[in-house]
Amino acid sequence: MRLAALAAGLIALVLASPARAFEIEQERRFGPADGTPIQVLSTTDTAAFAPVLEDFVARHPGRSIRYVQAASTEIFAAIHDQDARFDLVISSAMDLQMKLANDGFAAEVEMEAPGLPGWARWRQQLWGMALEPVVTLASRQALRDLPLPRTRRDLIALLRENPDRFRGRIAAYDPQVSGVGYFLIAQDDQVSDGFWRLAEVMGRLNARLFCCSGQMIEELRSGRVSIAYNVVASYAARFRPDDPDLVQLGFEDYIFAIVRSAFVPVNAPDPEGARLLLSYLLSDPAQRLIAASAGVALVPGTGPAPSPQLRPIRLDAGLLVYDDRLRRAGLLAEWRAALVQPQAGP
Amino acid sequence: MNGWLRLFDPARIASLRRRLVWQFLVLSAALVLGLFLTVGWVADRASRASQDAVLGAAVTAITEGIRSVDDGLELDLPYATFSMLGAMGDERIFYALAVADRVVTGYDDLPAPPEPALDMVPIFWTADYRGARLRLSAVARPMLIDNRLRPVTVTLGQTRLGQAAIARDTARSAAWAALVFLVVALPVALLAAQAVLSPIRSLAEVMGRRGPRDLRPVRHPTPRELAPLLRALNGLIARLRGALDLAETFIFEAAHRIRTPLSLVRTEAELALSETTDEATRIRLRRMVRAIGESSRSANQILDHAMVMYRSDQFAAAPLDLAALTRAVVRAVAPLADMRDIALSQAGLDSPCPIEGDERMLEIALRNILDNAVKYAAPEGRIAVSLRREGPMAVLRVQNDGRGLSDDPAQLMARFRRGGNVGDIGGSGLGLTIVTEVAAAHRGRFRLEPGEREGTCALLHLPLA
Ligand SMILES: Nc1ncnc2c1ncn2[C@@H]1O[C@H](COP(=O)(O)OP(=O)(O)O)[C@@H](O)[C@H]1O
Ligand SMILES: [Mg+2]
Repeated sequence: MRLAALAAGLIALVLASPARAFEIEQERRFGPADGTPIQVLSTTDTAAFAPVLEDFVARHPGRSIRYVQAASTEIFAAIHDQDARFDLVISSAMDLQMKLANDGFAAEVEMEAPGLPGWARWRQQLWGMALEPVVTLASRQALRDLPLPRTRRDLIALLRENPDRFRGRIAAYDPQVSGVGYFLIAQDDQVSDGFWRLAEVMGRLNARLFCCSGQMIEELRSGRVSIAYNVVASYAARFRPDDPDLVQLGFEDYIFAIVRSAFVPVNAPDPEGARLLLSYLLSDPAQRLIAASAGVALVPGTGPAPSPQLRPIRLDAGLLVYDDRLRRAGLLAEWRAALVQPQAGP
Repeated sequence: MNGWLRLFDPARIASLRRRLVWQFLVLSAALVLGLFLTVGWVADRASRASQDAVLGAAVTAITEGIRSVDDGLELDLPYATFSMLGAMGDERIFYALAVADRVVTGYDDLPAPPEPALDMVPIFWTADYRGARLRLSAVARPMLIDNRLRPVTVTLGQTRLGQAAIARDTARSAAWAALVFLVVALPVALLAAQAVLSPIRSLAEVMGRRGPRDLRPVRHPTPRELAPLLRALNGLIARLRGALDLAETFIFEAAHRIRTPLSLVRTEAELALSETTDEATRIRLRRMVRAIGESSRSANQILDHAMVMYRSDQFAAAPLDLAALTRAVVRAVAPLADMRDIALSQAGLDSPCPIEGDERMLEIALRNILDNAVKYAAPEGRIAVSLRREGPMAVLRVQNDGRGLSDDPAQLMARFRRGGNVGDIGGSGLGLTIVTEVAAAHRGRFRLEPGEREGTCALLHLPLA
């Protein structure tokens, strides 16, 4: 719960972004190549989302989608500062989505979504479309004889007791690069007092920081890391069935579930198409597909019910506090202090 | 426009009841509108006040979370406070933290307070920002930063869509409730209007039931509001009766004054007749006596008529025996019938026939009927008088032979109207008028019709007691 101390000068650096094009990770087209596509800007991994988009274009002949994948901070900057024009913006960085909506970038969409829980929606503007549990993954091979940790406390103990085995072999989000990473640290900070001890232990063991869940999983599968902390479960789900080495550690103290949300920007070129896609995404068939890959249903009845330790994060105005400059700068300073330790050089 | 207005002008609506209901409707509609506006205003004020209190508490809480540390400020932006502020209607929230005039965190371009915020007392204002109307609150607090005391201001703004919606909903509910009440009240209003107007209706009924010559003052109980109308009505009736009384008394008096000198003249003429032997003079004198007789009979008829009119105004019925009365009148005309050798037969006059009536009037009526029978019967003819009961009525039938009728009997009832069959028989044309009036005063009826084989039949129906 301790919060950041910061001089105003330091803060200015963090969000100051010169006008530039945002960085695209991947771009793909679904549906027929001719005609104007519905433009989607999303953090969701293209491969993971492909089945849903393919189902949409199959159901709507003549419609096509241009799917642009980018990091959440890039998406935020593109919409907030660079006037990028897209029809639908999908992101797992709830705080950034909330800020975009709060600052007036999201259009009102008149739509019925009866199954959608009230906490997964903000006004008629921000629509939750997936529940994404955030889990810790481990390589069975790397753990070998060690017992699987059942809480964060167990994990801390495990790391402390086996420093040599885990040195340089822990993966975590880099909150300075990843919007989701920062958001998860802010959540951890708010919910758990033990989190900073874990951060310190990870820092001492020279944890490696990544921009995204996909990369962490790749490292884990290739055997270069043993534990990946805070990985979005939908990525893991893509590999787990055919990779017996991956274990998902469902901590018993708490498991966050991020609400991936979508909105139609006020300057969307094709709001009609956006509305069509959005209402498809909230429909039962799409929700079934999404729930199958996330492992949990956002709309009750479309997939496995959430487990009791799952803590969905509500889409509400409280999320605005995470984007506060002072708060952000303080939190990142603390993170650096905990993780980047002088004696543990790369 | 004009016609439209005229529709609402109550003076143009002919029915009192409709006018009352209209006024009720218009008033109620005004009431519903008033309620909608008032409740909306009150609800808006109340919810605004309570939301201001929450906003003020939130901005104060944020300000209290600011700490001054070595290298600047430390701010614990409370998640729960923001979550709560946004809760009602998913409000948008904007904030700014400024040291002196420089914004340190939050929205740089958030509208500044209209007046400098005072020490820890939140001020409130409304401004437009990013396409939305915001309610803002600010609190200032001096803090030691880099060993200098500097003012730190926290500004917090939120949209008020939820609050406005609640106020609107409240007002709408109130209006609906009032509207439902109105719908329920409408039949009640109709009934009430009916009840209010019922005394007028009952007064009208009482007046309508009155006989044509009933000029008694109206003694019907009426509500206070109708008392002036009733007084005016009674005043009118009294004046009318006064005028009629005057006219009748005058006729009475006049007939009387003519009769007395007439009988004197007649006595004188008869004396002269007995004293003179000159045939031409005798013929002249005889004509004179006859004319005088006619005149005095006419005067008598007029007197009788005035009497009947007068008595039917002051109609006072008493139980009497119609059979006995008829016998008496028959006895009185018997000498006249004898003079013309007419046979008078009677039937049904032996058993009593009780009715309620005015004996004087009835006697005049019967005498007129029998007079006519004697006058228009054939010499040495027959007159049959019979009395019997028919249901609730007593029916007196006087049948005479002779010339019969030559006119429409209904027209013969008119005043001074004589038939074409009269020949040299004297008369005034008032007899049947008198009989009709007496029958009407007794709620009976009188009819003249051709006799069964010949002559004429007079029928008088009177209600039995
Ligand atoms: N019994 C009757 N027989 C025939 N005509 C009659 C008889 N009674 C009345 N009338 C007719 O009705 C007319 C009106 O009668 P009434 O009013 O008594 O006046 P009048 O003084 O002529 O008898 C008479 O002029 C006569 O023509
Ligand atoms: Mg007569």
